[in-house]
Parts: sequence; C-alpha cells; structure tokens
Amino acid sequence: MDFGLTQEQEQLKSGARDFLSHECPTSVVRKVMAEESGLAPELYQKIAELGWTGMIVPEEFGGLGLGMLDLAILLEECGYAAMPGPFAFSSGIAVSALRLGGSPEQCRRWLPELASGKLTGTVAIVEEADSLDPADINLSAARDNNGFVLNGVKMFVPYAHAADFIVVAARSTPGPEGLDFFVVEGGATGLSARILRNVDQTRRVCEVKFDAVKVPEHARLAKSAGLLDRLIDAGAVVMAADCLGGAERALEMAVEYSKVREQFGRPIGSFQALQHLAAELIAAIEPARSLLWYAAYGQDAALEDASRAASMAKARLSAVYSRTADQSVLMHGGIGFTWEHDIHLWFKRARFDEPFFGDPVYHRDRVATLSGY
Amino acid sequence: MDLNLTAEEEAFRNRVRDWLAHNRPLALHQRGVVDGKTWVQRAKDWQRRLYEAGYLALSWPKEYGGQALDPMRQAIVSEELMRANVPGVIGSNAISMLGPTLITWGTEEHKRRYLPKILTGEEIWCQGYSEPGAGSDLASLRTRAELAGDEFVVNGQKVWTSGAHIADWMFALVRTNPDAPKHKGISYLLIDMKSPGITVRPLVQMNGEADFCEVFFDNVRVPRANLVGELNEGWKVANTTMVHERNWLGASPKRLFDKIVERASQQRRGGVALTQHPLYRQRLADIQIDVEAMRLHALRLLSNAIHKRPGGVENMVAKLVGTELNHRMALTAMDMLGDYAAMARGEPSAYDRGVWSATWMGSIARMFGGGTSEIQKNVIAERGLGMPRSR
Repeated sequence: MDFGLTQEQEQLKSGARDFLSHECPTSVVRKVMAEESGLAPELYQKIAELGWTGMIVPEEFGGLGLGMLDLAILLEECGYAAMPGPFAFSSGIAVSALRLGGSPEQCRRWLPELASGKLTGTVAIVEEADSLDPADINLSAARDNNGFVLNGVKMFVPYAHAADFIVVAARSTPGPEGLDFFVVEGGATGLSARILRNVDQTRRVCEVKFDAVKVPEHARLAKSAGLLDRLIDAGAVVMAADCLGGAERALEMAVEYSKVREQFGRPIGSFQALQHLAAELIAAIEPARSLLWYAAYGQDAALEDASRAASMAKARLSAVYSRTADQSVLMHGGIGFTWEHDIHLWFKRARFDEPFFGDPVYHRDRVATLSGY
Repeated sequence: MDLNLTAEEEAFRNRVRDWLAHNRPLALHQRGVVDGKTWVQRAKDWQRRLYEAGYLALSWPKEYGGQALDPMRQAIVSEELMRANVPGVIGSNAISMLGPTLITWGTEEHKRRYLPKILTGEEIWCQGYSEPGAGSDLASLRTRAELAGDEFVVNGQKVWTSGAHIADWMFALVRTNPDAPKHKGISYLLIDMKSPGITVRPLVQMNGEADFCEVFFDNVRVPRANLVGELNEGWKVANTTMVHERNWLGASPKRLFDKIVERASQQRRGGVALTQHPLYRQRLADIQIDVEAMRLHALRLLSNAIHKRPGGVENMVAKLVGTELNHRMALTAMDMLGDYAAMARGEPSAYDRGVWSATWMGSIARMFGGGTSEIQKNVIAERGLGMPRSR
C-alpha cells in the first residue's frame, strides 16, 4: 500500500515546477492575457515537446499512455503558475472525450495530432442555462441524409475560437437517453465562436453558435451512452487539479508577503489574526490534496467509487481555491487590489474554476446521489 | 499509488475481522448503565482480550510486549476495530502517548517495568500536564518537585486530569528548577497514584459525567528512578508524547457520519426525509467529503510513515481538522433534530436514547483537549508555514 506519489511522479512535479517558473513567469502570463487569442503558442510548442500534450493519450495513438494522476500532477503545477492556453481543456478534457467515447477510427483521426501538439480540441456541453443536467442540454441534432444537422448555442466553451475540433453534446431525441456527442471540425460551415469577456484573462471561453452545421455519421462518437457522466468525472479532476495548484500559490504569496510587510513595528505575519487564517487555509488545502489524488487514481484504476471521488475533489477543491484566493487578497490589503500585483491572477482564475464543470453545490448533490441518499 | 493490500495483509485483515465477529464485548459501552467499578473492570477485560489476541500496540518492540510489526498492520487493526464498532480501550492514552515516550526516553528498567502492564490494562495511567495556571501555556506549570536524596518531593496541583480517579499511575510534568527559563526547568515523572499525599477530586462536567479530575500533591514522595529522561529535560521528553497525542485525537469520523445519514434518512418533515431537504442534503455531502478527505489524509500520513518520507505541514493538521469536523458533524445532527436535540440522555422521547446531545458536548471537549485549536493554528502557522513568531 502506498497512498502517495512515486519517485517518477515527484520528478514530474518538480520538473514541471522548474520548467514553468522559467518559461511561464507572470510576465509571460500577462503578455498572453493582453493578446486577443490568449493561446501562448510558443509555450504550447514547448510543453508539447516535453510530452505533456500526450500525457493521457494511449501509446498506440502516439501519446505517453500515462494516467489521470500523472496529468493531475502537471495540471496542479499549471494552476500554480496560472498558465494560460488550452492545455487543460485540450489535453485533459478533449482527449478524455475521445479516449472514453471514440471508436478506434475516431481516436486514430484525432489523438495522434493532439498528442503531438499540432492540433487542439475542446468540449462544449453547457448552454444558456449553464447546467450539466441532461434536461438542460437542448442543442439539436437532426437526422439528415448522410448524417446530422446541428442547431443551437453552447456557452463557456474554452478556446473554441482556435480549436481544430469541438466535441459537442447534442440532443438527437428527447429524454435523458437522447444525448449524443459529435466531433465538429473548427472550420465547419455555420459554426461561429465569439470570445466572451471574462474576468479571468488567463483563459478564453466562447459562446459557440451552431447554425445548421452538417456533420457526417462518423462524426458521432461511437460510445456516447453514459459519456456525459464520465466526461464530468474527467473534467472535475482536471479542474480540481488546477484549483489545488492555484490555492497553494495564492496562499504562498500571502504568507511570503506577511513575512516582509511590517505594521505596528513587526511583520504582520506575526499577528495571530493572520497566522490563524493562513493555518485554516493550509489545513483545508492539504486534506483536499488527498481527495484529488484518490479521484485521479480512481479513474486510472477504474475504482467503483471513481465518480463520487471526482465530485468530492471538485466540490472541495474549487471551494477551497476561491476561499484561499479571497483571503490571500485580503492578507495583502491595498497592494493586492492593484493591477500591478499578481495576486489577482489567481483570485480571478479561482472564480472561473469554481463553477466550470460543476460548482460545489452540483457536486455535493452528486456525491449524495452516488452515495445512495 | 497503490491501494492494494498484500496477500498476507489481506489474510491478516480477515483474521482480525473474524476474531472481532466472535469476540464482541457485550454492553460494555453502556457507561452510566452499569456502575463505575463494573465498567472499569469490563473495560480492562476487553483490553486484555484484545492484547492477548495480538491486536494492541503491534509496532512496539517484542521484548516489551509488542510484535515489532510495521505500521500497516497497526492501521489494519485500527480500521477493523472502527468498522466493528467496538469500544476503544481504556488504556489508550498510555498506549498511544506514554508508551512511545518510554520507548524513546525510558531506561531499560522503565521499559520492562511499565510497558507490559500498559498493554494488558493491569495498570491504568492518567496524564498530569495541565494546571490551574498552565493550560495552553503549559510550560508555565508550577507543580514543584524537589530532589531530596533518592526521592523527589512533589507539591502542587494538576487539573483536567482525565481518569485520575481510576488511574494507578500518572505521567506528569513537574517543575524541578524554578530559576531556569520556563522550558528548561521541567522534568517528566512517573507517579504512583497510591502514594500518600495525593488527593483526587473528580469534577462534574457539563455533560453530567465526572471523568476529569483535580489532583492535589501534598509532600508526595516519588523515587528518583521514576524520572524519565534527564533532569530538567522534561519538555523535550513530553514533546514526543504530545506529537503522539495529536495523532491519537484525530481518529476517523466515518462511523459517526454513517449514523448521521441514517438518522437523516429517518427524520421526515412534510413527508420528505432530511436527506432530500435541499439544505441538509448539502450539509451532509459537505461533511461526507471532509470525512473522506480525512480518511485519505490518514492513509497519506501512514504511507509516509511506512515508506519513511518525512512529509511537511500535512503532518500538523489532523488534530485541528479532525476535531473541528467532529464538531461540525455533531452540530449537523443537532440541527436536524430540532427541539428533540435538546432532550437529555434518558428522556424517553429523545432520539437514539439522547446520544446526540452527548455527542455534541463531547465534540466541544475534543477541540480543546490535548491542545486547543488556536494552539494548533499557532503551530501550523509558525512551524508549518514559517510565519514569524507571535510571542
């Protein structure tokens, strides 16, 4: 028994920390924030060369064939660095959609080029209602001669403006069984994406319109049944990992600041008001780390309670991140409210992470349901 | 990451489970139903049976009654005890706190004399740390021990001493040098509770029980041989004990959570169970997540111990989080019960024989017993996060 990281995983983590501190300092993050596309293509090229983009792509499709836990370790570091760009959404969530729902042909079509970093993909689920409930997914997929015609609008789709394909959840028939997933190519006729003005400028999210977009039969993911739930599991772990790293970084910044900022003739970190706040935050972060490890491992080992573990991790870590980021801004006082200080990058990123792929209320309810009460 | 047990560990677990299924103690937990003396005797018997079956202190050295097994075996036993819903052992404070201290600091004679009887439950111990003027600031304690020839002469008072009225021995911190800085003049003594000059006065607690006591020392003579560690080095010695105490008090809350969900599913308002009530359903799931987090956190610490990884700040949070969670669980149960929550033990209309109000009061005590939450936070901030000292 070993509930902990292997030496290789510890190396992966420290290697990623080191790499991102050099290649993705906040000066780089801010540069990408100011660009319209928000893509950071040079950084993406470098992480592709490190193999990150193929982390969970099976070896037969050109990836490293590693697990969600390995990916979660990387994503924690990306959260720590507030790394901009589509990595988590393409290499984590879109890869999962194909890996879990695609036929071998569909995987062969997309996964090798996702793994190499040549292409990026994204996943579109929620609509105007901003809900993961199947009853709230109404983008229609109507039968056509040789395929389907898609009509409707998706919201909060990460990096859809630049994605080479979008995996979209659509309704072919009424009722909970009537959900299908289609792979829509980026340049498809009738597809348009508008970048939403988002407070978290380290991410780009889009409103995506499907206006009579035609897709062939083979664009439908082979294993659509039950895919929504498994995608929620994967997305929950991906987002929870970012939350963990972000919470660590925000608290670290606040604690470091409290050691150098003096008031009343002593460092403010020597006051118990701040000490106890910081202690409460780290005491929430560390046990939540275990929830993430277990949730990621649960998907790798196909544990019976993998879905519940994913919801537990997302519910707790997204709330912990928001709270930690809030309190970390407060520990800084006025300087933390300036644009110049970096703490707001994590403060805003936490706000994006908390609801994305299910907010804590959604995931707590899912925990209850999956526990049989 | 590997959550599987080896074949031997699996077989061991099955043996423990099987043994527990056939050796459940009857009605032992009904404290207050049987008289105090009977309860103590039954509790001692239960501890002895557990020990003789090989399920206590598995990691202690063989020569002092242990089996020198790895921490994994101990963890398997602890988990099975929890699962079987059997009572804890009466000598658990000595097993988890004094034992490891003696193994680290005691003389050969101490180990041979005291450790085996700690395990069999033949000798029950109490912890003599807190005093009227020394709570969170423990190092300001004033109970005086003066060396006179081969003996210490002890004068002073301890308070909040759990189980002093049933204890045979006390492990105590006493002041042996009043002129040194406060941490440098403390020694660690083993005191026979039958010594002349000791008076024990149980205090009635808010829950009506009388478990913790005042202990008065009036010229109590203690052999010099009962000193553990060097003279005036007791603070260092005690720190071993306190580390163990913190581990001990963060015990797994899964069992309590299961009872709360069961109660919530039976509790109906407007024809709907509280598990379906939008607020309580959220609160239940919220504490369930923390219960699971603490289970996994314990696995993480155990793994660090087995694989000899030092770990960092994660080692310091279990007492704080575990006891706060326990309290939050009790409050959830109390809130669910409405007016019935305020019903005392023995009131016929109370749910579950009034156990919930007792759980609630008990949960309060755990948040300050063995170091208050505030002290835990000081330690986490200063030693775990490296924040500047506040004092």
